[in-house]
Amino acid sequence: MSAPTVLLDARACERTLRRMADEIVERIGGTEGLVLVGIQRRGVPLAARLAALIEQREGGTVPRGALDITLYRDDLQTIGPRPVVGATDIPVDIDGTTVVIVDDVLYTGRTVRAALDELADFGRPRRILLAVLVDRGGQELPIRADVVGKTIAVMPDQLVDVQVAELDGADAVLITAREPRGA
Amino acid sequence: MTGALGKDLLDLESLSAAQITGILDTAVPLKAVSERKIKKVPTLRGATVANLFFEASTRTRVSFEFAEKRLSADAVNVATAGSSVAKGETLVDTARNLEAMRIDMVVVRHSASGAARFLADRIDSNVINAGDGTHEHPTQGLLDLLTLRERWGTLAGRRVCICGDVLHSRVARSNIHGLRKLGAEVAVCGPRTLLPHGVEEVFGVTVLDRIEAAIEWADALNVLRLQLERMEAGYIPSLREYNRVFGVTRERLERAPRDLLILHPGPMNRGVEIDSDVADGPHSVILDQVTNGVAVRMAVLYLLRGGRPDQAAAAGAAAGDS
Repeated sequence: MSAPTVLLDARACERTLRRMADEIVERIGGTEGLVLVGIQRRGVPLAARLAALIEQREGGTVPRGALDITLYRDDLQTIGPRPVVGATDIPVDIDGTTVVIVDDVLYTGRTVRAALDELADFGRPRRILLAVLVDRGGQELPIRADVVGKTIAVMPDQLVDVQVAELDGADAVLITAREPRGA
Repeated sequence: MTGALGKDLLDLESLSAAQITGILDTAVPLKAVSERKIKKVPTLRGATVANLFFEASTRTRVSFEFAEKRLSADAVNVATAGSSVAKGETLVDTARNLEAMRIDMVVVRHSASGAARFLADRIDSNVINAGDGTHEHPTQGLLDLLTLRERWGTLAGRRVCICGDVLHSRVARSNIHGLRKLGAEVAVCGPRTLLPHGVEEVFGVTVLDRIEAAIEWADALNVLRLQLERMEAGYIPSLREYNRVFGVTRERLERAPRDLLILHPGPMNRGVEIDSDVADGPHSVILDQVTNGVAVRMAVLYLLRGGRPDQAAAAGAAAGDS
């Protein structure tokens, strides 16, 4: 098995997130009504990181939440055993807000489709944006990211392995041969 | 994947601690669905569940129905209470009819111990036991475990005493198996006439003859419903005497050396096995049990549907990726 390729190291992750935070504020024209919602699991710490960066730069507080999309997956009838269901926590009323969905990797787009459906069950945001650390291409649905950390074409037999300090000890983005990850 | 379930949920006796913990862990996020503005997720869209209740039940049936609807399954209630057909024949016929109607899951309650297993062996659908005779009521056991785990964090080393008519109680059996698997110590307390013969050896529990001893020993009491017909059958002299000797009263609880939790599977006989000021008092987690009932049933429906062993092998690659 070939050694993993480092796409972003810890320093590069930090720079990328800072730029993404700025881009989010720029696109919305401020932080008014902004809510950051991370997709479980690695989108959640990334959303918290982006929210903290935005707070540093702009002042105020940016609410952050977590979405677990397992119950909204479109492949539940074909896979088994059941995937573990994580916590969903939307701490504010999202009616009329601007929600930024945050995930580590955009691939098929099916996770984002599920996240959009789940968000709709919590309310009706004025606008929803998608921010991802890595867009690896290969979308199977008409879904595109609004704010992207790094765009790279990755072969289907490769895996984009995003590691975050909160869950994995250190920040890094690796390209590896596809194999199931322990987490 | 030791936490995966098989085709059916028939009892807690045959489940591992990992399987039980897996159900409880799944129930936690599913419980939050009931707190949302829109109390529904599309998880079981397209699945049909038949609720087959051969015995009267309000609480359990309604709880299953809520669980099914909140997961977007289509639920059909087949009320067969009062049917005069012999039990074995009814079940076989029912199984065949259900198969012909292409249902996916069956929730069954029946007065015969083993009825759920009997059905599970004869149909391809997932079968969930909602109480079979005096055998088990696994989802009640699970909701009791979830309620206690919420309060304590872990059940390991905790002491739970099951009080009352253990002999006829499927709730007691499911509780004993579930609690012991998760590391709790279990005792039973009640008139000897209402305790199974050899309960210490068969179930690995302690027997306490006096309710005062149970209150002193336990971290939680699970107070069983006293079926009123037990008096006519001669198991106890009178309801009043039962209350006097075994009733869980405020006066008795005030002498408890530590904070006790009081559980009751319902429906309660206030003034018999439990007094009103206990049932409605600060120790009571009885309404938590009802809330948690929907959550654990959602978890079981979610984990069983499609999670069949023969399909598990094909899972592999699909599950890991976004």
